[in-house]
Amino acid sequence: MSENKAAPTGDSPALPRPPRSQWRDVWDQFKKHRGALIGALIFLSILLGVFLGPLIYPQDARLVPTGRDFIRLRDMRPIYVLLWDSGAKVDWAHPLGTDNIGRDLLARMMLGGQVSIAVGLAAMALSVVLGTAIGVLAGFFRRLDGPLMRLTDLFLALPLLPLLLVAVLLFREPLKAAFGVEGGIFVLIVTLVGLTSWMQTARIVRGDVLALKEREFVLAARSIGTPPRRMIPRHILPNVLSPIMVSATLGIASAIITESALSFLGFGFPPDFPTWGRLLNDAVDRMQLFPERVIWPGLAISLTVLSVNYIGDGLRDALDPRIRGR
Amino acid sequence: MKLKHALLGAAAALALSPAAWAGRGEDGEVRIIYWQAPSILNPFLSGGTKDVESASMIIEPLARYDEKGNLTPWLVEEIPTVANGGVSADLTSITWKIRPGILWSDGTPFTSADVKFTYEYCTDPEGGCAQLTKFEGVKSVETPDDLTVVVTFEGPTPNPYGPFVGGESPIIQKAQFENCMGAKAPECTEANFGPIGTGPFKVVEFKPNDVIIMEANENYRDPDKPAFARVVFKGGGDATAAGRAVMETGEFDYAWNLQLAPDVIAEMQKGGKGTPIAGFGPLVERLMLNNTNPDPALGPDMRSVSVIENGVQKNPHPFLRDPAVYKAMSLAIDRPLLVEIGYGQAGKVTCNWVPAPDLYNSDTFTCDKQDIEGAKKLLDEAGIVDTDGDGIREKDGVPLKILYQTSTNAVRQDFQALIKQWWSEIGIETELRNINASVFFGGDPGSPDTFQKFYADVEMYANTFNGTDPQAYLGNGLCDKAPTPATQWQGENISRFCDPEYDALYEKLTKTADIEERGRIGRALNDMAVERGMMIPLVHRGRLSAHSNTLGGVVLNVWDSELWNVADWYRIK
Amino acid sequence: MLNYTIRRLFMAVPTLIFISIVIFLLLELAPGDPMAQVPLTVPAEVKQKMREALGLGEPAPIRYWKWLTQIFWVEPLHLFDSLFGTNFSDGYQRAISWQTRSPIFDIIAQRIPQTLWVVGVAYVVAIVIAIPVGVYSAYRQYSLFDNVGTFVTMIGFSVPPFFSGVLVIVIFSVWLGWFPSIYDTTLRVTDWDSFLAQLRQMVMPVMVLALQITSQISRFMRASMLDNLNLDYVRTARAKGVSEPTVILVHVLRNSMIPVATVIALGIPSIFGGAIITEQVFKVNGIGQLLIGSIEANDLPMVQTLTFIFAVLIVLFNLIADIIYGILDPRIRYE
Repeated sequence: MSENKAAPTGDSPALPRPPRSQWRDVWDQFKKHRGALIGALIFLSILLGVFLGPLIYPQDARLVPTGRDFIRLRDMRPIYVLLWDSGAKVDWAHPLGTDNIGRDLLARMMLGGQVSIAVGLAAMALSVVLGTAIGVLAGFFRRLDGPLMRLTDLFLALPLLPLLLVAVLLFREPLKAAFGVEGGIFVLIVTLVGLTSWMQTARIVRGDVLALKEREFVLAARSIGTPPRRMIPRHILPNVLSPIMVSATLGIASAIITESALSFLGFGFPPDFPTWGRLLNDAVDRMQLFPERVIWPGLAISLTVLSVNYIGDGLRDALDPRIRGR
Repeated sequence: MKLKHALLGAAAALALSPAAWAGRGEDGEVRIIYWQAPSILNPFLSGGTKDVESASMIIEPLARYDEKGNLTPWLVEEIPTVANGGVSADLTSITWKIRPGILWSDGTPFTSADVKFTYEYCTDPEGGCAQLTKFEGVKSVETPDDLTVVVTFEGPTPNPYGPFVGGESPIIQKAQFENCMGAKAPECTEANFGPIGTGPFKVVEFKPNDVIIMEANENYRDPDKPAFARVVFKGGGDATAAGRAVMETGEFDYAWNLQLAPDVIAEMQKGGKGTPIAGFGPLVERLMLNNTNPDPALGPDMRSVSVIENGVQKNPHPFLRDPAVYKAMSLAIDRPLLVEIGYGQAGKVTCNWVPAPDLYNSDTFTCDKQDIEGAKKLLDEAGIVDTDGDGIREKDGVPLKILYQTSTNAVRQDFQALIKQWWSEIGIETELRNINASVFFGGDPGSPDTFQKFYADVEMYANTFNGTDPQAYLGNGLCDKAPTPATQWQGENISRFCDPEYDALYEKLTKTADIEERGRIGRALNDMAVERGMMIPLVHRGRLSAHSNTLGGVVLNVWDSELWNVADWYRIK
Repeated sequence: MLNYTIRRLFMAVPTLIFISIVIFLLLELAPGDPMAQVPLTVPAEVKQKMREALGLGEPAPIRYWKWLTQIFWVEPLHLFDSLFGTNFSDGYQRAISWQTRSPIFDIIAQRIPQTLWVVGVAYVVAIVIAIPVGVYSAYRQYSLFDNVGTFVTMIGFSVPPFFSGVLVIVIFSVWLGWFPSIYDTTLRVTDWDSFLAQLRQMVMPVMVLALQITSQISRFMRASMLDNLNLDYVRTARAKGVSEPTVILVHVLRNSMIPVATVIALGIPSIFGGAIITEQVFKVNGIGQLLIGSIEANDLPMVQTLTFIFAVLIVLFNLIADIIYGILDPRIRYE
């Protein structure tokens, strides 16, 4: 039963300790995966850029220049425009240029990235955990299947916008009181995005579990009396990992975009608070004049998603003992 | 490029001569795009601008306002006045003489009975008519003969041009709507989607919230008009897409209400297929100041609720009632810059609540210079200084922290960011919020985010009035119009402004007939509202639309429906 | 299996009633006002009268009951009447939208053609592209094809349609002038020319939508294929000398289809739901635009009905998905 070793939860006291630790194996395999390594590198540099960047980069993302500076500093182009247009309005202090009211684009990208990545990862995690849990429970326990799947149907059918309106109405003030303005909104957005996007994962996981449950190794495990609480982490979860990984990568992208939609509707962060989705949204009208304002946020979202995707690919391969052996 | 424009201009001027169009329906198709799609063609059941304006191509009022705001006879011989005997000397009745020979698009004659029926239709207690205010104070509508309509008012009415005037008050056909009165109104889908009218076009196909196909009305009173045989009236999308379809791709001939930043419009104009046009009505983008205390700790019965005892506000805002504060806030704002950023040719600096018509436009204030130092000095002199060193001033121990909300809209969010910065420079901290327009302007008493509830210190939006008489609009400043829980948060006095002197002066306005005197009182009311902290006016906004370079005859009218003269439109060849 | 299907169909009725109650309560709770789009110049008293004319004054349970009877009794009667020329439904009020004051089902019927044309075609295109791409990417994992595919699908999924839609409009309508940027819903396909016109106006929205859907399905297809390619039965089949195409396209593909079938089954109801942003960008004005427009105008009967139809489709297609599982993998049994 090679599936045994694939358990993502490493501590398995029942097993005789292998000569090399299992996690060492996983890491060795992960290292061999070129895509995953590059992905991890890119992801790390994005993280460093958005979280440590503001410490060394002096511009303030929310500062609007006033007085005479305003006209001088607004609509600044990125410095690379000099390559083909020597007359462009650029300033080395603003390497990516400024927006139509003179706010520095690079600083906004950094501040926006902090929120977008945090929201993307947190909401994705919530949605994947919820989806996996409900999917596994529904697929594995026949008694739970009906109620849980009808619950999924209900959530799939609920209209998103009114749901958000109600949630904001009920929870914004209490959360604001508990976590502060931006903290409260963060919790609210992550919960809302997570709670409204787990259904697809749940259905997919359940479908796979239904099939897995009838496979020989599960029957064998069951016949030797393995209780469900061991069966699920050891035999079921590792085998549904790949659709979960795909859901997770796709989930980050949708969470980042959904956040911008929420902010646009007025349920999200204050309007002067940048996020990647919002930067992209705000810049669409001026796409032809200032392509950089859509390209950079768009690229940032895509790169994040791509790098997470490759990390996920590498992880999946590394966790699969059949591939690891090769 | 310049030369091309000049040539086009010359061509347009030449084409303006009546000989340019040969006859009805010879210019083919005209394509209009409204980014808000019409949902119904009966303006009495909807009231939305998109519905009123699309219907104005089909059904018409007795008289209209032209592009300068002057009354123009439309289906009548002349505008009744006291001088020509059309309005009674005691101002209690008005007599309209219908032009003979006008036919409905189904070929039947248009008579005074239709006019009287329109009044009855709208005032039916169960109908929920959106244009009910047009008939406010009307005692009766009489029809001595087929071509005469006499409207009698309950009392002297200085402005008797409410009923049957302007795009919001068109005449519908009695024969068509007879069985659609009151509660039955929604059952008449066919009539509501295809009203029979006297206008230049008639409906061929109507898909609600999507598209209207119209064709020329063969019974239209001018045999040579309209020049277009067919109209495609598309709705949906957003202002950017509409502007692009006219000015960049040339797919459409006319795009309505392009609320876009001037640099976006300028870029579209480079497409060379269309031209933006602007017109100014009384629309003002303003900051409303909450005169009551919006502190959440006060609880739902007191928060932002106006409690007046003996003419004194018992629940005042902790600092926004102080003239030094709101005057400093106003001084810190660079209005010319706001105009440049947000509206360009479709905006002007204004210090007034009622910037038009000219008669009512006060010249008391100037506000076109930003003066940060002056603002600081004002606050210092009032003793509102930073006492605890956090950079924020305090008044009587209350820090000047403002929650500033508005609806979601790119230009408004830019304004918010700019104004926040300017206020921070004079020691006022601002928290920004934007709310989806359908929630913000929706009057749901259960929602904390409506503009009526005003759970914030300052909010920004635009408002205007219909026609040229601001009396009802000035009435929005009366004490008893403040939204409260008792009125389900309905009411027009959003600031909860309350001043007995204002109420008294307004009372005088309602009793004054002399037009010059009305202007003087109107200006005084405007000054009082601005001076005493009801609002900070920001920008006098125009209406910006765009038409294709091949579409002639467009005259932008902000006092009536934009499509008021669609019968005169033609194709420049 | 038949027993199971029948039981599930019976269970669907209380489920749907329950869902409709939850939706109704949700819409009741949600802040909103059908008068939101009436201009500020209309005074409060008039707006109040307009609300009463819409029936908003009645208590919620009565309004729910009215809606229920209209949907389950009056509308079927009306349909029967219009099919057979009878007049059973005379005297009954049909379900009316607040925004347009016209029967809800008439408007939905108007919207379905363009939604099916655009969203439906996009779905078919996406499935036709995604499955081979997913299969081949998995079969040649980490090949150039796979890496390019990953790159394109990931970017395709992470670029939101409010940007990609406008981008293709700028490229294909403004610069090149190939396709119209505004969808014409009055176009009727009667001959070759009108068919070409229809194709031209469909290209851009279908492209934007299909890119998103393809990305999603092909990722799941690839992942699921990868899981199966290394299993023992594949080795066995190959060892037995079964030809490679048969191994991949019959054995592995069939066993890998469960997650993909789930995604597709979940997607089909959303064809009806339309594509809110893409429809808005291209002015397709289908069901998606109808739903968002009704939510913004707080047209509760319309939102309630659309969501309910959507719920019916979801319940139905999830049942179909469950049946398909049984066909794909006969070991899956529902008692």
